[in-house]
Amino acid sequence: MVRSGIIPGMANLTRADVEHVAFLARLGLTEDELARLEGQLNHILDQYAILATLDTEHIPPTAQTIEVANILREDAVRPSLTVDEALSNAPERSESGHFVVPAILGGEGGA
Amino acid sequence: MTSAPAAAGTGALARYEAVIGIEIHCQLKTASKMFCACDTQIEGAEPNSHCCPVCLGLPGTLPTINKSAVEWVIATGFAIDGEVATTTRWDRKNYFYPDIPKGYQISQYQLPLVANGKLTFDTSEGPFTVRVRRAHLEEDTGRLIHEDRDGRRVSLARRSLIDFDRSGMPLMEIVTEPDIRTAEQARRYAEELRLLMRTIGASDAEMENGQMRVEANVSIRPIGREAFGTRVEVKNMNSMRAVERAIAFEIERQAELIDGGGAVHMETRGWDDPSQSTYHMRPKEEENDYRYFPEPDLPPLTTTPEWLAAIKARLPELPAVRRTRYQTEFGLSGYDASVLVNDLASTALFEGALAAGEGVPAKLLANWVTGEYMRLVKGEESGGSADPVQLAALVKLVADGAISGTNAKEVFAEHFATGRVVAAIVEARGFRQISDAGALGTAVDEVLAANPAAVADYRAGKGAAVGFLVGQVMKATRGQANAAMVQTALRERLAKTE
Repeated sequence: MVRSGIIPGMANLTRADVEHVAFLARLGLTEDELARLEGQLNHILDQYAILATLDTEHIPPTAQTIEVANILREDAVRPSLTVDEALSNAPERSESGHFVVPAILGGEGGA
Repeated sequence: MTSAPAAAGTGALARYEAVIGIEIHCQLKTASKMFCACDTQIEGAEPNSHCCPVCLGLPGTLPTINKSAVEWVIATGFAIDGEVATTTRWDRKNYFYPDIPKGYQISQYQLPLVANGKLTFDTSEGPFTVRVRRAHLEEDTGRLIHEDRDGRRVSLARRSLIDFDRSGMPLMEIVTEPDIRTAEQARRYAEELRLLMRTIGASDAEMENGQMRVEANVSIRPIGREAFGTRVEVKNMNSMRAVERAIAFEIERQAELIDGGGAVHMETRGWDDPSQSTYHMRPKEEENDYRYFPEPDLPPLTTTPEWLAAIKARLPELPAVRRTRYQTEFGLSGYDASVLVNDLASTALFEGALAAGEGVPAKLLANWVTGEYMRLVKGEESGGSADPVQLAALVKLVADGAISGTNAKEVFAEHFATGRVVAAIVEARGFRQISDAGALGTAVDEVLAANPAAVADYRAGKGAAVGFLVGQVMKATRGQANAAMVQTALRERLAKTE
């Protein structure tokens, strides 16, 4: 495993971490890919570690680079797509007008 | 110790204390979706007929915040006496599942719109207050249907069907502190919150169609111990009764598990109504697995004092205030006030009838709403309705002695079923009570003349004979005589001629 960070070895993402992240992203990775990504991800984290050494005490956390706030939409209905338009990119559609995907069981129903 | 599920709650609560927190999702009553302008009237619609590039999560689209949805959460914040944020922000909750087309749900994590509220309600053991930790906005997910090979909808599916009409519907999530200790408190909290939602108009909060979803985090600990036990999340409770039963079951299940030397595992369990039990759904995901981060596509939101004041000013009278007012202003009992206030249709009927008729006695009116009206609504005849103006007219007739109580009930039942106006029913059925002394006197004289035996009995000391004579007058007037006046007139005449 090769790391080419300026301060190598600062980050220490383990193989198990990489596997967990791959699971959350629903990625099925091979042994080779897992090994390569462990190096690459640690390399990325090393870069952030360098950034983290900067003094940012007087800089507020920023999630946006444009200075706008309070953009609200009035609660008015506009037409939706037709069912055919909505389904036009579907991998498969059912006769009932649903998107069809392979069965996925027991996952998170977010809300 | 018996462990029959039927005895749920009794055994466990002698040794363990339950610690319960409730999360409630309410679909907000807006015209358009949370982050796009699609119509929210999706009930019964063709699948995927209420979708646009935004709520389908297509690349290159951007969300825009629905002002009404924000206002409903702020209104809820005021209604639960909470703190409304001056600055709020949006976060991405990341997970991969086909019901969420973007791969993340836009929610609020670090800076919710509302924090630190509370809700007080009655229980069988007296008033109880639950602290509300937070209330925030988020978008709903699409609806998944799992099908097997033959197209049957089952849990062991071959393929999954997705309807994105629900995707992007505005949801408010309301989370309590773990203050609740019994299944009854949990149910009462959910009922009071549902009433509050309907009263302020934020949500119709119908549990059966998913407008209100209740989830409970349940753990138990030996009585006297400070540290919390391992909590289990319980979902799929589709009615208020299910909320109470599922939690009672879960408390008992955990107690039996621990008593048997086992341990409670952190998991999500579902309530199965037919078997009246909970079942394992999945291990609970850790919060950091959602990799929350600030939503870069949406600007933060600041709430100005003027905006907040305008929202607050629009709030109607809240249920707790109304219950107190009904007691102090109209002299209703605490119980009657609650019965009236806990049902919005009854409240509207009561308030409407009060406003409609001058001089309608409020207490008598309240009795009619909580008595006859609610009996009809719950009974076989349901499907009918009562008009406040008509109820006011009827109650006034009763109060004035112009119609007997028994006949008034018949009139009301007919009005409820057919919508006919009260005056027409009273007229058509000849129910107007004879309270005219002259007319009554004639009827009484005739009955006395026709029943000398009864008159003789009375004079011989048989006071009960009056009852028979009253009955004869009522019969002669086809029930229209004012019974109290008949009684008085009879006694007067019998005394006089003695």
